[in-house]
Amino acid sequence: MQREVASAGGAPASDADPVPRRRFSGRVLLPAAALAVMLAAIFVLQPRAMSYNGMRLLLGFSLPLMFAAMAQMCVIAASDIDLGLGTYIGLVNSLSALLLADRPLLGVLSLVGCVLAYAGMGAFIEARRLPSIVVTLGASFVWLGLALLVLPTPGGASPAWLSALVRLKPPLVPLSIVVAVLLALVGHWLFMRSSYGVVLRGIGSTPQAVRRAGWSLLTARTVLYGLAGVFGLIAGLVLTGLNTTGDANFGAPYTLLSISAVIVGGGEFFGGIVAPVGAVIGAFIMLLTGSLLSFMDVSTDWQLSVQGAILILVLGTRAFRRRRA
Amino acid sequence: MNRRWLDANPWVWSLIGAVLVWGLTVASVEGRGGMETLSTALGFATFYVIVGIGQMLVISAGPGNIDLSIPSVMMLSGYLSMGVMHAQDAGLVLGVLVALGVGLGAGIANVVLIRGLNIPPMIATLAAGFVMQSMTIAYSRGSTAKPAPLLLQFSLARVLGVPVIALLFLAVAGVVAFVLARSSFGRSVLAIGQNARAAYLAGVRIPRTMAAVYLVSSVLASVAGLLLAAYSGGASLNMAEDFLLMSIAVVVLGGTAISGGQATVAGVWSASLFLYLIVTMLNVLGVGAGLRYVITGLIIIGVLAVSKSRPA
Repeated sequence: MQREVASAGGAPASDADPVPRRRFSGRVLLPAAALAVMLAAIFVLQPRAMSYNGMRLLLGFSLPLMFAAMAQMCVIAASDIDLGLGTYIGLVNSLSALLLADRPLLGVLSLVGCVLAYAGMGAFIEARRLPSIVVTLGASFVWLGLALLVLPTPGGASPAWLSALVRLKPPLVPLSIVVAVLLALVGHWLFMRSSYGVVLRGIGSTPQAVRRAGWSLLTARTVLYGLAGVFGLIAGLVLTGLNTTGDANFGAPYTLLSISAVIVGGGEFFGGIVAPVGAVIGAFIMLLTGSLLSFMDVSTDWQLSVQGAILILVLGTRAFRRRRA
Repeated sequence: MNRRWLDANPWVWSLIGAVLVWGLTVASVEGRGGMETLSTALGFATFYVIVGIGQMLVISAGPGNIDLSIPSVMMLSGYLSMGVMHAQDAGLVLGVLVALGVGLGAGIANVVLIRGLNIPPMIATLAAGFVMQSMTIAYSRGSTAKPAPLLLQFSLARVLGVPVIALLFLAVAGVVAFVLARSSFGRSVLAIGQNARAAYLAGVRIPRTMAAVYLVSSVLASVAGLLLAAYSGGASLNMAEDFLLMSIAVVVLGGTAISGGQATVAGVWSASLFLYLIVTMLNVLGVGAGLRYVITGLIIIGVLAVSKSRPA
């Protein structure tokens, strides 16, 4: 599973590279080191960030992003891409803010429907052999439209239990770090340790082999998209809890941010090569760019630039290492 | 019509769709304003066409190739060109040059990232787009973004009811279609899209061709940004937000193969008209924004599912 697969772009020069890799070499270590450097820089610039409350404020909005990154990673594991994840998170945000507090049963049913729709989208893509990029693109319009239908203007309220949940203050370590560690462990077990995880990554690298080994590609892709639907659902719920309100457009930035987080965290677009631990780290890296800039007294207008530069740096380094390997 | 001809000309479907939707719209208002609707649609659809042609060339060059920087290029080009024009005709030439400069610069940046640093096109154009977007946001603070009067007139001008920009880009589309079908550059793009290895062995100069494709896409996006900013009376930060999805949607709906190697310029035009006329029809019928998005999304998925079920 840990082999490099030919990169895209149609360049013969970058064809298959048969060098095997050790389990964690570079793929997770590089982003982990990058995160450490960013945190060190933040602590030097703003020592007060190095406290329980400091970290809590600093990492507050990492919760939705890490779940979004995990959702996107499920899709990327199938060598697909989800361009509709952000608007899906917006839909969950709108539905949960409108329904969960007042009509819990209807709320839960609608959210279950969202996850089933996601799983169905995976089955549809596999059954008709459609390009995921266009299907998820079309779906992004559907999610946004549905969100605007249920919540034409921002509003609604977060149920009390949800707001309380995302504001939990566990002893010693802030909630976002506890959740990040748990999520990374769950993701790692699911994709890298469990035997079905090999099948899930396999449909992204060698679908023919997976099929000949007797596994259903349809089931695997449905499971992956279903998982993406579940993680996206959690991201949307957490967003509702943090913002205590709903907005159809809240989720939009998460599409590109989640893709960036997965790639920065060591995932690849092709070949079912993903790194769940890295995806969570990538989410933190993307989030902290904003804080780092404001501590450096640079306008957050430039946050997107820094995120772009990080993407270029990480991928440029990776391509350079691959060429030398 | 014979089946083989239809398969070779997939753009016919979206053209039929566009005509049907237009007919329904006109019928629903008892035949009034049919020509006006069409004329407006031609004007708006032109912007989809401009970026769609660039995206089509990129997508045709094979799997993995896509330009996600289009909306950012449009924004940056719109703001910078309006900024140097200061709403004066004297600044018109400079403004146009700045817009083209943005397009060339963005194209070169994309090419350097993709070919030089070996970054997958999706992430390379995404990252370049991030950088341009934040440049625009930083620049937009306190800058005036109004077009030169001449450019404004040009973007709104009509000849016999047909928008001039639509005529201009009908001609451009014709040229691109000819280049794709007849020139060695066009054949190279399609050859790479069909099988990069075979194209390489056949002597196609891949680096040069790929660079040209991304350059053309960025320059077209910058022209679209310039014209759209003028057309809407000034640049705004959200003027291009629909264009990422739309640029891909018009390419795919038009019948260009998402896996590359097969392109149809006529499809970009008919799909742009189709999508814009649907929006118009739903507006006329009083359908809200939410349902409009849902229907647009379902149409994109539905058309793709139907067209892919026919043997390639």
